[in-house]
Amino acid sequence: MKSLTKRYGSVVAVRDVSFTVQPGEIVGFLGPNGAGKSTTMRILSGLMMADSGEAYLCGDSVALHPERAKLRIGYMPENNPLPEDMRVVEYLRYRAQLKSIPIRKRNERINTVMEQCDLQRKARRKLIGALSKGFRQRVGIADALLAEPDVVIMDEPTIGLDPHQIKAMRSLITDLRGKMTVILSSHILPEIEACCDRVIIINQGEVVAAGDTASLHREFLQSKRFKIELIADVEKVRKALQALPKVTDVRVDAASDAGAFRTLHVDTEMGGPEGEELLGILSQAGVEKVRSLSPIEPTLEDVFMAATRRSWDEVADPLSTRDTDQEPVVSSVD
Amino acid sequence: MRYTWLIFKHEMRMLLLTPSSYVASVLFLAIMALIYWTVIRGLTVVASETLPTTSYFRAFWLPSLFVVPLLTMRSVAEERRLGTLSTLLTTPATPLSLVLGKFLAVYVFYCGLWGLTLLFPFIFAKVLPYATFDGRLVAWAPMVGGISFVALSGLLFIAVGIFSSSLTRSQLVSGMLTFTLLFLIIAFANLMQMMPLSWEEGPFLGLLQEPLLYFKATQHLEDFSVGLIDTRPIFYYSSMCALLLSLAVINVESRS
Repeated sequence: MKSLTKRYGSVVAVRDVSFTVQPGEIVGFLGPNGAGKSTTMRILSGLMMADSGEAYLCGDSVALHPERAKLRIGYMPENNPLPEDMRVVEYLRYRAQLKSIPIRKRNERINTVMEQCDLQRKARRKLIGALSKGFRQRVGIADALLAEPDVVIMDEPTIGLDPHQIKAMRSLITDLRGKMTVILSSHILPEIEACCDRVIIINQGEVVAAGDTASLHREFLQSKRFKIELIADVEKVRKALQALPKVTDVRVDAASDAGAFRTLHVDTEMGGPEGEELLGILSQAGVEKVRSLSPIEPTLEDVFMAATRRSWDEVADPLSTRDTDQEPVVSSVD
Repeated sequence: MRYTWLIFKHEMRMLLLTPSSYVASVLFLAIMALIYWTVIRGLTVVASETLPTTSYFRAFWLPSLFVVPLLTMRSVAEERRLGTLSTLLTTPATPLSLVLGKFLAVYVFYCGLWGLTLLFPFIFAKVLPYATFDGRLVAWAPMVGGISFVALSGLLFIAVGIFSSSLTRSQLVSGMLTFTLLFLIIAFANLMQMMPLSWEEGPFLGLLQEPLLYFKATQHLEDFSVGLIDTRPIFYYSSMCALLLSLAVINVESRS
């Protein structure tokens, strides 16, 4: 996608969005509600025209050759709309015809996706209107995978699934790695973190972060956090830790557990004290017992919060400029 | 064209499986049978120059007003309500093929229903052979003329229904809109002609007479019934149908 912009009246839904996804890659597309995720996906799938910019799919312009692009896409829209009065197998047969799957391959593909999505035994002949939300999601995913498209776009595919189904879905998506390009939008960040090679975060219509999880951690979370469980005079310990260079914050949980252990959270800048140094300080501060001292691994949620917060801050304070090393977020996507 | 055919087949299948189609069909056939019976019964009371089939087709407007909304209100509105319009358009099917496929399916179904009513004279002749007299009950010419008119006007009527259905997500609103537009199309020219439109009232009103005749559906039926094939109604119904379907395509494109 190159410099894509879409306006709804005076509201800019998507502004100058550019990114590239490599073949066989699984990419998570994240953003708060109303950030422009669905608009971007709809433009990419040929459902909507952008006001400016270009979207290419396997080298073909989506705007100039929508038919060619649509044959390469499996799209599962948000809320997964399905006809209520068709049986699952009838629906997939109809979709297979519309997606120009050759007649000799049609039954084989239908059976394969129904097996993949665990629809074959329980839901094959059921009316879609009578299916539970989880089964409906599976029908939507089966439809997206039906024509073995080069690119699968799924908008919130795990909504309504129970933990077992989410796990199965994760393994299904992971199985697609290397075979199809998958663009996945979800609010369930651990899901994205578990199965995506790369993440694109969009906020207020602009790409605010893109890259693999590790690089995003480096870019957005330039600090470390430790959790310490101990029995001690916590005020004394807190002062001792705060006196250390590059320690930015020390917080104490209000409540102690049954064993009278208190919990401290220590935030440090990059290059600040590591675990051994902290242990040394603790022993100097007269700590009675230390049950644990562990670094807390930042999650995608932390990255998401940091990235979206930063873009909001920039909007709130338009005079402030970005750091030069963080400026070309979009160009780094390639 | 391939996608139009696929959507047509699918829509036909759904029409044949949907209970509302059967409700509409039964209601339609029952009312038409009643009208036919009334026409035949009338002939037993008062002698008439008009053939029974011609009198029967004169009531074309009555079933059209309810059967067309019932058949078309679901087509695009339901897809929009469920959101399946977007899913459909992520395939290579275009809005044009979608609208054409849906239109053709309802049109074929509508013509099929009217075709079934052509059996009435034959059923009547079979059940009451003594009542058939000198072939006037099963006269082919008014039958062909009447059904040709129904098929031609059906293009416009169904296009009105598809257009209304593309405007809204609500089947009810779509049905009411179709009913209103059909009423205007069928009755407007007749109602206007009841007004004193003559040169004495003013040149403008006098000028309206000819155009009103052009839009008068009942006059078209009369012409067709007597075997008068005028190209003007053919142009009127087919061009209006094309216009409304084009507007429906634009609606589908902009709202998908």
